[in-house]
Amino acid sequence: MDTSIQTYNLKERLIEQSLSRNIRFPGGDTPYVAGVRHKALEQFREIGLPHPNLERWRGTDLSKAFETDYHLSFDPAGKGVDIEALFKCTVPHFETFLVAQLNGWFVYNDGPLHTLPNGMVVGSLASAIHAHPGLIEKYYGNLTAQSDEGLTALNTAYALDGMIIYVPDNVSVEETLQMVNLIDSPENLMLHPRNLVILGKNAHLRLVQCDDSINHGTTFINAVTEVFMDEDSSLDHYKLQNKDSHSTLINTMYFEQQQGSRLTSNAMSLNGGIIRNSSCVKLDGENASADIYGLYLMDRNQHIDNRVFVDHAKPRCHSNELFKGVLDDHATGVFNGHVLVRRDAQQTMAYQKNNNILLTDKATIDTRPFLEIYADDVKCSHGATVGQLDANAMFYIRSRGISEASARILLMYAFAAEIINKISIPELKQRIDDMVKKRLRGELSICDQCVLQCSSQEKKADFKIDMSKI
Amino acid sequence: MLKIKNLSVAIKGKEILKGINLEVNPGEVHAIMGPNGTGKSTLAYVIGGREGYEVTSGEITYKGMNLLELSPEERACEGIFLGFQYPVEIPGVSITSFLRTAINEQRKYQGLDPVPPAEFLAMMEENKKLLDLQDKLANRSVNEGFSGGEKKKNEIFQMAMLQPSLAILDETDSGLDIDALRVVATGVNNLRRPDNSAIVITHYQRLLDYIIPDVVHVLYDGRIVKSGGKEMALELEEKGYEWIKNSL
Repeated sequence: MDTSIQTYNLKERLIEQSLSRNIRFPGGDTPYVAGVRHKALEQFREIGLPHPNLERWRGTDLSKAFETDYHLSFDPAGKGVDIEALFKCTVPHFETFLVAQLNGWFVYNDGPLHTLPNGMVVGSLASAIHAHPGLIEKYYGNLTAQSDEGLTALNTAYALDGMIIYVPDNVSVEETLQMVNLIDSPENLMLHPRNLVILGKNAHLRLVQCDDSINHGTTFINAVTEVFMDEDSSLDHYKLQNKDSHSTLINTMYFEQQQGSRLTSNAMSLNGGIIRNSSCVKLDGENASADIYGLYLMDRNQHIDNRVFVDHAKPRCHSNELFKGVLDDHATGVFNGHVLVRRDAQQTMAYQKNNNILLTDKATIDTRPFLEIYADDVKCSHGATVGQLDANAMFYIRSRGISEASARILLMYAFAAEIINKISIPELKQRIDDMVKKRLRGELSICDQCVLQCSSQEKKADFKIDMSKI
Repeated sequence: MLKIKNLSVAIKGKEILKGINLEVNPGEVHAIMGPNGTGKSTLAYVIGGREGYEVTSGEITYKGMNLLELSPEERACEGIFLGFQYPVEIPGVSITSFLRTAINEQRKYQGLDPVPPAEFLAMMEENKKLLDLQDKLANRSVNEGFSGGEKKKNEIFQMAMLQPSLAILDETDSGLDIDALRVVATGVNNLRRPDNSAIVITHYQRLLDYIIPDVVHVLYDGRIVKSGGKEMALELEEKGYEWIKNSL
């Protein structure tokens, strides 16, 4: 069943629609999931959709995106789809465990849910509701219930599918898990994909999330991921976003970390209409650490919004935020970093940094690194810079015979390299390195990786720079 | 090679160089000495083409061209090399790819094809050996995390790779130990040919023990106040810059 949602009073219509008896939400027959959904809907009714008058949405205006008439796809689209035919990862020697979502549905051929020999569970979240009720009741909706974000409540109310990853205690997943989120539809789509990641004690996982779109219509993706990290677990997480200019991607992640767990999350935004990456991290056990990085290269009318909230709830935790971006043309950006150090969280170390290069006087960045500290024995720092390319360095490079245009690219690349160097998977690092270079040279189109090769090639992104080779 | 006539230069309205006259012929090495803040680096930057310097009067001709009309990269492609007093760090860009880019852009300007990879690598090896540089250096990012001495050696390495006709070294010797100083001198001396020239800007006489200049100039308060042979450097070392100040 496909249902069109007219934007006239979008909030009311979304509520009305979700109550329709015609829609069979997964887990509707399990009291736990039905209860979570019901509460979320009530919460959404109360909070509603975001608007720029809300402090945390200042700088990102979704009103235009809300003007589109979207379709909600309630028919599972993932069954019997050949991932290989849809998406071919072009990273050489990058052996990954590849899973995909198509229009928000988990893609599978031979069953929606797998339990691997090491006990790891990977597959469709909707299927896991009945197959793994223990995991669902212990974790699902736990972190989102504590959020007062309207779009998160809407996601919980509308979640149809997504991915579940469960890594049992003491399991190190050797292969990198690559999750590709594809959109392929002639319609304007609104999606609410929902993911759940659970790492047991001393479990280790590397997860790469790629957001690609091959869409002729306009998409609004409101993805929510809950991540639970038990004692001494580690997650190495990457988000690679290369989307068309008429898509809106709201990517909200909630992390809860127990004692000694280590999180690294790195978001690389290369193209997209409106992208908002929101990471809420609760450091809920001693000696846990969270490194949150981001790189964004935006031009034309693209908009990027990175928001990080780190809650230092326990002593001796460490958090580090570093976000760097280059904005060209009329591109706009927002960085919001909020670190909360609670009264008992002594010996906290928390650092925040946001560096920006604006290439034109029309590009803007609104950056707000913010510390809120109630403990007295802490080491915290925050800072932001907004600037142009360093004139001294420009002259140095040009004095070697390198053209002004190439010198600009070299310096932008050098600026971005600090984030690229944080990538710990060598093959992925090499690939992203190439993509960033191509992006800076104006050669990376959003169709670059896709094998669908549809005719609507996005106009090539261009930093108004042309050069032969770096 | 290089002719500077009555050159006056101001930065933000403040006059730094006040009528410089200098002629460097092919094959010559000139040393420019002088106390801090007298305009030595300004002179190097103006020849290199850095923005923010206003030429209020005078002219610079290089190989018969009006140098002031050329961009910094055009000057480099015409054979001018500027060794920086404070080399800039370029994270993420290896010395190898930086130099290959520079050489190929210069070759493109000269109407030549890109340097064949084997030839480029051979050049790298030869110059690394000549300057006694470690093998891993070439894979490191340009100047990133380099010590002061390594940065200066890297300047000389770049110069050796780019084979300029006119090298200008701006206090390349400052802060170097005696071994690094020898490396710098080796680089300059190796480039010494009848058709090449160099201007060595230095604070101390020390470097001139290794690079024997043809002419020594003293720059003071924006003017060349004294020129002489290589012996003058020794005299300066002995008597100090007070000697110049008092004689004015």
